[in-house]
Amino acid sequence: MVSALDRKLLRDLRHLKGQLLAIVLLVTCGVTTFVGSMTMWRSIMRSQQDYYERYRFADVFASLRRAPETVARRLAAIPGVAEVQTRVVADAALEMPGFPEPVTARFVSIPCCGPPALNRFHIRAGRTIAPGADSEVVVSEGFATAHRLRTGDRVTAVIQGRKQSFSVVGIGLSPEFVYEIRPGDLMPDDKHFGILWTSRRQLEAAGDMEGAFNDVAARLEPGASEPEVLVAFDRELGRYGGLGAFLRKDQVSNRFLSDEIRQLKANAVVVPSIFLGVAAFLLNVIFTRLVSTQREQIATLKALGYSNLATGFHYAKLVALVAMLGTALGVLGGIWMSHAMTGIYAQYYRLPQYFVELPWRETVIACALSTTAAALGVFGAMRKVVRLPPAQAMRPEPPASFHPSWLERLGVDRVASAAGRMILRNVGRRPVRFALSSLGIGFAIAILVVGWFFFDALDFIVDYQFRNVQRDDAMVTFNVPLSRDAVGELRRTRGVLRAEPFRAVPVKLRSRHVTYRTALLGVDPSGELRRIIDYDTGPAQVPPEGVLLTSKLAEILRVHPGDTVTAEALEGRRPVREVLVSGTVAELMGVSAYMSLPAIHRLMDEGPSASGAFVSIDPDLERPVYARLMSMPAVSGVTLRTAALASFTGTSAEYMLFFASILVGFAWVIAAGIVYNSARVSLAERERELATMRVIGMTWIEVWLILIGELALQVLAAIPVGCLVGWGFAHLAASSVESDLYRIPVVILPSTYATSVAVVVAAAIAVGIVIRRRLRHLDMVAVLKSKE
Amino acid sequence: MAVQDVSAADARGAAVLAARGLTRSYRMGEVEVHALRGVDLDLFDGEFVVILGPSGSGKSTLLNLLGGLDIPSAGTLAYRGKTMDWSDAALTAYRRDQVGFVFQFYNLIPSLTARENVLLVTEISKSPMPAELALELVGLGDRLDHFPSQMSGGEQQRVAIARAIAKRPDLLLCDEPTGALDIKTGRVVLEVLDRIHRELRTTTAIITHNSAIAAMADRVLTIGDGLVVHVDHNARRVGAAELAW
Ligand SMILES: Nc1ncnc2c1ncn2[C@@H]1O[C@H](COP(=O)(O)OP(=O)(O)O)[C@@H](O)[C@H]1O
Ligand SMILES: [Mg+2]
Repeated sequence: MVSALDRKLLRDLRHLKGQLLAIVLLVTCGVTTFVGSMTMWRSIMRSQQDYYERYRFADVFASLRRAPETVARRLAAIPGVAEVQTRVVADAALEMPGFPEPVTARFVSIPCCGPPALNRFHIRAGRTIAPGADSEVVVSEGFATAHRLRTGDRVTAVIQGRKQSFSVVGIGLSPEFVYEIRPGDLMPDDKHFGILWTSRRQLEAAGDMEGAFNDVAARLEPGASEPEVLVAFDRELGRYGGLGAFLRKDQVSNRFLSDEIRQLKANAVVVPSIFLGVAAFLLNVIFTRLVSTQREQIATLKALGYSNLATGFHYAKLVALVAMLGTALGVLGGIWMSHAMTGIYAQYYRLPQYFVELPWRETVIACALSTTAAALGVFGAMRKVVRLPPAQAMRPEPPASFHPSWLERLGVDRVASAAGRMILRNVGRRPVRFALSSLGIGFAIAILVVGWFFFDALDFIVDYQFRNVQRDDAMVTFNVPLSRDAVGELRRTRGVLRAEPFRAVPVKLRSRHVTYRTALLGVDPSGELRRIIDYDTGPAQVPPEGVLLTSKLAEILRVHPGDTVTAEALEGRRPVREVLVSGTVAELMGVSAYMSLPAIHRLMDEGPSASGAFVSIDPDLERPVYARLMSMPAVSGVTLRTAALASFTGTSAEYMLFFASILVGFAWVIAAGIVYNSARVSLAERERELATMRVIGMTWIEVWLILIGELALQVLAAIPVGCLVGWGFAHLAASSVESDLYRIPVVILPSTYATSVAVVVAAAIAVGIVIRRRLRHLDMVAVLKSKE
Repeated sequence: MAVQDVSAADARGAAVLAARGLTRSYRMGEVEVHALRGVDLDLFDGEFVVILGPSGSGKSTLLNLLGGLDIPSAGTLAYRGKTMDWSDAALTAYRRDQVGFVFQFYNLIPSLTARENVLLVTEISKSPMPAELALELVGLGDRLDHFPSQMSGGEQQRVAIARAIAKRPDLLLCDEPTGALDIKTGRVVLEVLDRIHRELRTTTAIITHNSAIAAMADRVLTIGDGLVVHVDHNARRVGAAELAW
């Protein structure tokens, strides 16, 4: 038997279904983003941990020129080192049939028999290479997918000038190359770069490495002193051309992945918190008003002998129902969202499997949060009613003040019509409610602004990075630093329009306790193909002396212009020098340290030389130029700007835009929901007043205008607030996404503000039309006969 | 010059409800409105009392205090010898278990039917009559499933009465039960109250500004300006049908 009070609940539910549905959707949106991105974050984090553990991802890495295998035993004997795996690594050009652009690959050796001790790979398809088989390779999944390689296909590589053919026996993944990125690049580029695993013997033979290695990975014992191990490694490997040992946290793929996970977490916290917070706020506002319209009914229940507890419980059920339904839908939405985002992620973070767990904890948090927010609204409103004896509470709430409102005192009413005066008086009498409703609408605008801001920002980044900073068509890197003649040779190649040398020196930069492994990039101060641009202040000059750091790097090293940093070169005679920080430049991508070419040569104690060159290419002669570049033995890699751009828009950008699209979609719902609720509650509160106006002869359009006028004022007031709050949210969101890889500048185009406002205004107009229908059907007599 | 009507108490046994010095004032901005200025009053078992007075004289304020709907600024109220402590719990229990209140503006829950409005009360009282019977008593046996918006003012008022009597209250308090009704409907409502009083012997107090109704009462209290200004005892009660309106 359903109690009469529960029946009231059911009827109220039916009566308020439009409003409640809007609230449910609000909660759904908040919970979806929260649960979706939390799940996503946890899933990737767990997948990473699991992968690293099961495939024995190493703790320490080091590259060197060449060391005899016996050195490995000395490395293994370093205190704290548990296990050592030496390898031969070689970069090579690949000839892919039917693909004219330059393709390079990194060959990584695997031991002749059995899986490697560390950095094992996961075979996705096919098999690993057979013991003793020399011309077999396992190809990384990203590269295989980009080129549709299958087992049985053949690839031709030019290793150290020698052409060799390999047969693909398997497709693989490795914890070392979750992010399959060419060293020095910012984005994976699967079409132009891949990882190939082949037998150690093969690589030893090809690279003049018999009985030697040029790359080593190690696992540490628990509790080992990492800094001491690194020092010991560098001591052992220094004389073999060691490029400096580094820890897992600095390993490129891991750093990108871990950065991404950190960012995901920030993303999962910041943006959904904004969302859930806004939803909670709106829930609070809406329920406060909803309960206020039932003021008399609550008082009656009390008068009939219902206790505060029983009455409170009645409304609590309403809240719980709405919050739980919203949460349930939100969890479903969140699961969908995490699956969709995982799909995007899986394209460039290659993990053998993604664990997607049901987000119980997040569900509980989200449910508790939305229920609490709604309950606070309800009980806040109820407290006002139950605090009064029923006889008082039954009387309609007295106007907030019997004095003329501030609006009237300002004399606003003197210029307005009777209808306008009613609107203004209503606003002036309940300024807090008006402000809260307005703020709610403002939030809808703000969320739209944040959503669209991501689109603006990415456009800005693309424009900045790929049109203003990088104006070269390709970056050509040499195997080893060469004399400037090599650049002259490039310049003389038919189809090459310009070639500007650069000198990249792997270094460790140190300032007090902070060390950062990066490359010093020496550029031609008069160069035109790669420019240094501060996204805030415009083009910057490489100083003739000292180093120009990106702001992010200066921040990491905690230095300011005028300070010095210690630069330890990991190449050539490995000089260690104090270098003046002559300035900083705020760039959007990567962390770099720039010097002028003469300065870097002085630092390295060397004559004019180049590690490579930026080139611009005649668009009509691209193919022959690529072919020529790849055939040069000195060239180890060619990075195309267009490929980097495509990679950027296809990876980070895709994910971010997906996220932003969801935000924008939800903002529509929020905008419509809050405006609709605001209008409906105004209607409910003022039914009698409006019916009276109808009775005394006003047309329903006139009555509608009075109702809509208030809504219009709310929206009007919401516009500046919404734009301002949106700007703030954008700053919050941008700083939460910041990483070594890229920064998001807070650029919001006027059109973004305009569109956001337009959407909310459109929602308000739609709601106005819906309300008009209700108003036409307003039963004047029923409303009037029931009361004094 | 307040008229006291507590002298005859001994003659009629213990009072169901005894008010002493009830005072109620409202703050309206800077001014203080004294709605009740010290009322002494007893209601006796089975009595039918009419409270007369012009609009604004404090009748509703008095009845709200007697019904536990409001808290006085000063004064005491004793129900069957027990002094009210004005705590929320005590007031709630008093309203639920002892008082049937008919509000001047009916105060039906709009989303509930006539029957459900009555059920709202019977579900939480100790020995109620069936909701259908209560509605039968007020002549609405055939309108059980109508919503308030589908009923006339008089019908809504009768639902409100049914809701008040269904719990078999010890005290029935009605605030202008005929105030918003025409003569014919008003008479029907009064007949209902009269009949219920006869059948259930419920102590009843009715507010009205219509002195014709006074003839129905055992006793008539006249309120003026927040005080009881006059008390009349009717030797013979007149049935609602015979009232000269
Ligand atoms: N909640 C209130 N706030 C302010 N004044 C009130 C309130 N309730 C009643 N009054 C005032 O108290 C006086 C008595 O009111 P009331 O008891 O309702 O009179 P009656 O029912 O006899 O018409 C009136 O002047 C009325 O305006
Ligand atoms: Mg009254």
